[in-house]
Amino acid sequence: MSKLAKSIRDAIREVGLKSGMTVSFHHHMRNGDRVLVSVLNEIAALGIRDLTLNASSLFDTHAPILDHIRSGVIGRIMTNYMSGAVGRAISRGIMDAPVEFRTHGGRPADMERGTTPVDVAFVAAPTADERGNCTGKLGKSACGSLGYAFADAKYARKVVVITDNLVPYPLETVSISEDLVDLVVEVDEIGDPRGIVSGTTKITRDPVGLVMAQQAARVIEASGLLRDGFSFQTGAGGASLAAARFLKEIMLKKEIQGSFGLGGITSYMVEMLRAGCFERLLDVQCFDLDAVESIRQDPRHQEISAMQYASPLEATAAVNRLDVVILGATEIDTDFNVNVHTDSSGSIMGGSGGHSDTAHGAKLSMIIAPMFRARLPIVTDRVNCISTPGEDIDVLVTQGGIAVNPRRAELRDRLLDAGLPVIDIHALKEKTERITGKPEPLCKGDRVVAEVVSRDGDILDRIYSISDGD
Amino acid sequence: MRRSMLFLPGNNPNMLINAACLGADAVIFDLEDAVAPAEKDAARILVRNALRSMDFEGTETVVRINSVDTPYWQEDLRQVLPERPNVILLPKASTPSDVLLVDAFLSDMERELGVEEGTFLLMPLIETALGVENAYLIASSAPRICALFLGAEDLTADLCCTRTKEGREIEYARARLVVAARAAGKDVYDTPFTDVSDDEGIVTDANLARALGFTGKASISPRHVDAINAAFSPTEREIRYALEVLEAINRAKSEGKGAVSLHGKMIDAPIVARAERTLAAAESLGLIGRKV
Repeated sequence: MSKLAKSIRDAIREVGLKSGMTVSFHHHMRNGDRVLVSVLNEIAALGIRDLTLNASSLFDTHAPILDHIRSGVIGRIMTNYMSGAVGRAISRGIMDAPVEFRTHGGRPADMERGTTPVDVAFVAAPTADERGNCTGKLGKSACGSLGYAFADAKYARKVVVITDNLVPYPLETVSISEDLVDLVVEVDEIGDPRGIVSGTTKITRDPVGLVMAQQAARVIEASGLLRDGFSFQTGAGGASLAAARFLKEIMLKKEIQGSFGLGGITSYMVEMLRAGCFERLLDVQCFDLDAVESIRQDPRHQEISAMQYASPLEATAAVNRLDVVILGATEIDTDFNVNVHTDSSGSIMGGSGGHSDTAHGAKLSMIIAPMFRARLPIVTDRVNCISTPGEDIDVLVTQGGIAVNPRRAELRDRLLDAGLPVIDIHALKEKTERITGKPEPLCKGDRVVAEVVSRDGDILDRIYSISDGD
Repeated sequence: MRRSMLFLPGNNPNMLINAACLGADAVIFDLEDAVAPAEKDAARILVRNALRSMDFEGTETVVRINSVDTPYWQEDLRQVLPERPNVILLPKASTPSDVLLVDAFLSDMERELGVEEGTFLLMPLIETALGVENAYLIASSAPRICALFLGAEDLTADLCCTRTKEGREIEYARARLVVAARAAGKDVYDTPFTDVSDDEGIVTDANLARALGFTGKASISPRHVDAINAAFSPTEREIRYALEVLEAINRAKSEGKGAVSLHGKMIDAPIVARAERTLAAAESLGLIGRKV
């Protein structure tokens, strides 16, 4: 019996997708993904309605789903990240049911718990054989790791692999294996790998960003964690990547042999692996094509699933063995709560992704952010949305000083001993407001448009609608 | 301690706001070359307001005004002096009379503002062949002159030669300025290294400047500030040696000995003076007396 379906539409029919069910997608093709929209177009054409869309992330390329929301094809959304184009519409209240935001670790955990059952998972696979074995490492649309798709393949009732590079059985290197897959569909194109690289994956040239990056590297050096066996993750923001570069210089100078680099992997982490800073890279998603090339060629660069990466149900998840993580913030409050979901107007433009998973697991979780963006201060009395609770954030690095969470007195002492410019977070807020003034608080709308679900499954915060005038 | 002096365009609010965060000992708010003629007034007002309202947290403020052969310099000074910048940098200072013209204007402003004569420090920027030849006369022309400053870009144009990374063409000017400034008892600052993306070149160039006797060095990029600060900070070895020198001197004094030797080498007055300078610098940078 063959698992090959002639078309996406045939596959949807064969797996028995019905109105009211849940479909899932992963985001390794990032802003280059074509699968999610193609599948939903077919679903809509078949007259199926009121679906729950469980997508690990939604990018601007997915904006066509807004039509499917308006027409009732999609009734609920669960995701870990939502970029501006979709986020703005959600914030203006186009859905009746609030979007459920989870974390990269919480999403697979809730599938495992049975809280968020999936009827049909659609796996965008850059290469697959006709029995359903697939990988992201090979093919014209190679995206590297398929980390987030493992949970979908494992827990969904039916799994459809969609590929633009169907190869004879057996596929030489397998990420998701045939026993988890029900159907395989060959299409012309699953996406454009150039869309994997987002604009934020280049080292900053901004002098203020570089100052912050250098301070961040010094904080890590002074923290006592930078020794043989060191493990590290950084997000793909300009200043975070610059911090990684400064950290690399320190590690090479001090001949420190780290154990692993984790996370979404960029070329800068690949450089650190090659330079001998780490023994391994553990990769749940590739952020650029150098990382894709590396995971294909270098056996030290390993693919891991979202469960291995960050699931709160896995005691040995990689985040729990992480020494240092560098993260971003759109806002942080004087209790160190961090917002990465909404922008300064309260509109959705992000999500936790692995933010709160890594912040919870790492021994040192560091936020790098400028004192102000445009004319808005970064430190506030209360963030508009709690994405990651302050108890999991240890230090905030800005160009105007380094604020340490009062829970981490010993870290504060270490930084002071190293001569670093430590500042109380309230003083930092006042110092910033002397330049920017104190902005009026945002007027929240009266409708809840999204809920932030913590990695343990509780509601951490709610995001409210904004009006068109904002 | 003024090791690094960072140029910031006077018409860029974002840079002015972040001036104290960039790691430089002094920032130079530029009203001259970085600012187009049509923007001179806007930059002047922006710099004045920044000086008035910002806390520079110990970072020294220097304003580069326009040269005396332009119609701008007096208005530059009228706008910024009431906000008390630490130093005025005077470009294209070629003769003592250029400097004395500004010196007299500063004295008038001091009287007008009711501040003590000599409060406003002046740093002539030597960037013409004539200026190099007049360096000692310029440095010693007025008590408010705190240092000389070498500007190699304009100078090499005036010398009809090409500016290179290695800087052979400014060897004479560098040596001449150091001697002239030191002879007049003043500090002396080296020209910026202009390849912003050459992280190794700046280290070499800053180390050379220190070896030649410069007090510090200017920069046009925040990326160069750390390398300059490192080059002009005493090294651990220098600090250790300076401590040994002073300890040996004190021991000899208490034992009533005249001649002192350390590691088989006689310690004389210049060595002691250098050790004292090293320790003073180390102390002001917080390099001693802190847990390392």
